[in-house]
Amino acid sequence: MSTGESAWETVIGLEIHAQLATRSKIFSGAATAYGAPPNAQASLVDLGFPGVLPVLNGEAVRMAVRFGLAIGARIARHSVFARKNYFYPDLPKGYQISQYELPIVAQGALDIVLEDGSTKRIGITRAHLEEDAGKSLHEGLGGFTGVDLNRAGTPLIEIVSEPDLRSAKEAVAYMKKVHTLVRYLEICDGNMQEGSFRCDANVSVRPRGTAQLGTRAEIKNINSFRYVEKAIQYEVARQIELIESGGKVVQETRLYDPDKGETRSMRIKEEANDYRYFPDPDLLPLAVDEDFIEAARKALPELPDEKAARFCSQYGLSAYDAGVLTASRELADYYEEVARAVPREPKLAANWVMGELAAALNKESLDVGSGRMPAQRLAGLLARIADQTISGKIAKEVFEAMWAGGQDADAIIESKGLKQITDTAAIERAIEEVMASNPGQLAEYRAGKDKLFGFFVGQVMKATQGKANPAQLNELLKKKLPG
Amino acid sequence: MHTHTLTELAAGLRAGKFSSVELVRAHLARIEASQPVLNAFISIAAEQALAAAAAADRDLAAGRGGPLAGVPIAHKDLFCTAGMRTSCGSRMLDNFVSPYDATVVAKLKSAGAITLGKLNMDEFAMGSSNETSHYGPVRNPWNTDYVPGGSSGGSAAAVAARLVPAATATDTGGSIRQPAALCGITGIKPTYGRVSRYGMIAFASSLDQGGVLARSAQDAALMLREMAGFDPRDSTSVDTPVPDYVAALDAPLAGVRIGIIREFLDQGLDPENERRIREALSLLERLGASLREVSLPNLPLSVPVYYVVAPAECSSNLARYDGVRFGHRCQDPRDLQDLYRRSRGEGFGAEVKRRIMTGTYVLSAGYYDAYYLKAQRVRQLIAADFRRAFEEVDVLAGPTTPTAAFPLGAKTADPITMYLNDIYTIGANLAGLPALSAPCGFVHGLPVGLQLVGPHFAEARILNVAHRYQRETDWHLRTPERFA
Repeated sequence: MSTGESAWETVIGLEIHAQLATRSKIFSGAATAYGAPPNAQASLVDLGFPGVLPVLNGEAVRMAVRFGLAIGARIARHSVFARKNYFYPDLPKGYQISQYELPIVAQGALDIVLEDGSTKRIGITRAHLEEDAGKSLHEGLGGFTGVDLNRAGTPLIEIVSEPDLRSAKEAVAYMKKVHTLVRYLEICDGNMQEGSFRCDANVSVRPRGTAQLGTRAEIKNINSFRYVEKAIQYEVARQIELIESGGKVVQETRLYDPDKGETRSMRIKEEANDYRYFPDPDLLPLAVDEDFIEAARKALPELPDEKAARFCSQYGLSAYDAGVLTASRELADYYEEVARAVPREPKLAANWVMGELAAALNKESLDVGSGRMPAQRLAGLLARIADQTISGKIAKEVFEAMWAGGQDADAIIESKGLKQITDTAAIERAIEEVMASNPGQLAEYRAGKDKLFGFFVGQVMKATQGKANPAQLNELLKKKLPG
Repeated sequence: MHTHTLTELAAGLRAGKFSSVELVRAHLARIEASQPVLNAFISIAAEQALAAAAAADRDLAAGRGGPLAGVPIAHKDLFCTAGMRTSCGSRMLDNFVSPYDATVVAKLKSAGAITLGKLNMDEFAMGSSNETSHYGPVRNPWNTDYVPGGSSGGSAAAVAARLVPAATATDTGGSIRQPAALCGITGIKPTYGRVSRYGMIAFASSLDQGGVLARSAQDAALMLREMAGFDPRDSTSVDTPVPDYVAALDAPLAGVRIGIIREFLDQGLDPENERRIREALSLLERLGASLREVSLPNLPLSVPVYYVVAPAECSSNLARYDGVRFGHRCQDPRDLQDLYRRSRGEGFGAEVKRRIMTGTYVLSAGYYDAYYLKAQRVRQLIAADFRRAFEEVDVLAGPTTPTAAFPLGAKTADPITMYLNDIYTIGANLAGLPALSAPCGFVHGLPVGLQLVGPHFAEARILNVAHRYQRETDWHLRTPERFA
């Protein structure tokens, strides 16, 4: 397969479904909150009762416009809701209200950073508003199927990329970028377990160097970054193997099974896929005026790319570090709070936020928003490093104690006596004691065995329980050891 | 008491000449007696009506109550009524009790009107003779071997036979005006967006409009004033103030320009019917209106356009009747496909199925452009014809139907012949214009109607023309002998 892979080029386009974080549904006043008992949040409109009519939620429109502006897209002054007709028990009206020919957002783009550090622009064909369907429940109902319509009518934007992605990794980078963006914009909670953010991947392969697209398979409803990567990798390998063994890829819908790590055809027999789209006569064309767009533009927050660029220039961070720290708005805000509290040490702050703090949070599956380590508390620790009260090494010990006990750095340094020794006389005393008790090593050092310098650093540190200021110790040893 | 008009009943109740309970009792008795003959009602709500009447009497005695306090009416059985079956004339909804009131129902209730029951209709409002109802055909009070028209056949027959002074109805391609003409009463279909469609079970959403069947233009004005108005729950309802239609009724006709639609006078119009229309027009001229002939060249395409657009919308609107949440469900479905096929196969009648199939076809990939899109384009041309005409005239006039009522069964074998019954009425729906039909005489003992069409939101004007006409004529006061 290794030879085959290089002969083939992968082409991927993603359709991301992001649930909009409105309080009520897109066409009814029912709540959108997750986790209510089945059908407790389904109004007559969501249930598709005879005689009811949809009324568009203006907040959903505002959120779609925010997204469009954030990706530099064209906002349609005039867009149209259409009906997508098909029968399914969790689709109460027998049609889904969506946008078809005239979506609200068209022709935008997002930049992703590739593994080699270069940037690639991914085109976004369109983003349109639509309602989510309900859920069919097949378990625990004694062989019957249950229908839960709480999700029916939840507003979604479907974000359709160009087939610009060339690998599973690029697809994941792009999906993460969109995920970051919708959370920055506060238009989607991004919760993938609850299905608030999920995607369909259109995957095809073609001989490298050719222009014509291969036949694609659509992998439906993938709800984790890891699964996106694995599903695409599996699908690419499957298609290449199929073609190389003389077969043909068929255009079909497939499902990723994370337990088996494979994609499977979910094509239903006789499926015609003719949705008979036509403009929904219950809804007037959606008109969005300049004032509305301008108001949305003014209300946009600083976007991830802008923020990362500012972190580079303002804090002197590398592009990589700035990218990591701006991956979520909460993390970026946290970092800035720390950095402001220790103004001369932005890089130190970055290292600690991305290093010790990230590791500790990760271990307990927490995020910065958990409040487990308030920014001011971490800043209190970094301030002691900055003013040389403690060394970086001791700081790690203090951090662990802070994490475990929830105390401030100063209290721990005080109670454990970890204050760094910066008193030259005290360090000199310790050096002299070490020299006196290790005459052999001293003689060897003086005879030219330079390597033993480290031995003496270690011994003095041991004698001072690691509290000697390392820079001072170095300097004093250099002076004393030669005799 | 049944001889009084709605306007007289409302005034009589207020003056204490009779009580609402007395009125309701009298009308309920007439309904009961008429059912074996006319079959105008699907459901009769005697108990609820009497309770509401007693409450209305208390309100009236205390000097409270809306403009229609204590007046009995009835609703076409596609307006959702809380706690009362809303069948839409279909087996599909035979067991459906709505949990909510349609906006029209709620508005009339708050105006004080008492609902006596739900009126028979063509299944899902699809039909022109009231013969497609699951509950059997309605008969024409003027001759019970004849159809009352449709789809609001029950509403029209009930008003014509003096079972109720007025009734709600809906008009998608003529379903208010055609039965009004065939039953010798007055019916108005307002501008699209004038009356809320919330709670009105949809047939073709871009064409459906709620309206009134009543004896006179005056009564229709009184009802419409209470029914019309913006509804935030209907995105297609229009936020324009509702004028006082009643106050505008008596305006003189001097200077009113009436256009006679040339295309309506040469398409299979019965010569006797044409004579009645010409007589009505000359009377309007004597009353001060000026007449001129106008041409709407695309109007003859109304029927084919309608029979693409309406079925397309209905095929989608009726998808919700799937046996899953409400309505008819087949016995012991084997699987999902079986549930869908049998529930819908058993629940819908032949005409509804025909239109669902037609609509599904015209929306299908490969046919959409040739049918649906082309029909929408022609629809625009027809609307433009009307716009041009209204630059020259204030009101358009012509026949409501090509002929008077026809015998039951006469057209059921050939759907196209049946569809052509709406040839003069469909244009107003395609263009969203207000239109009414008022009785203008008889042909071989059966009534025929004069149709008036106005520009958007000109309900007051067409009601005014009809009212002035009715001040000079008594066609609208004639009562079928059997129900006098």
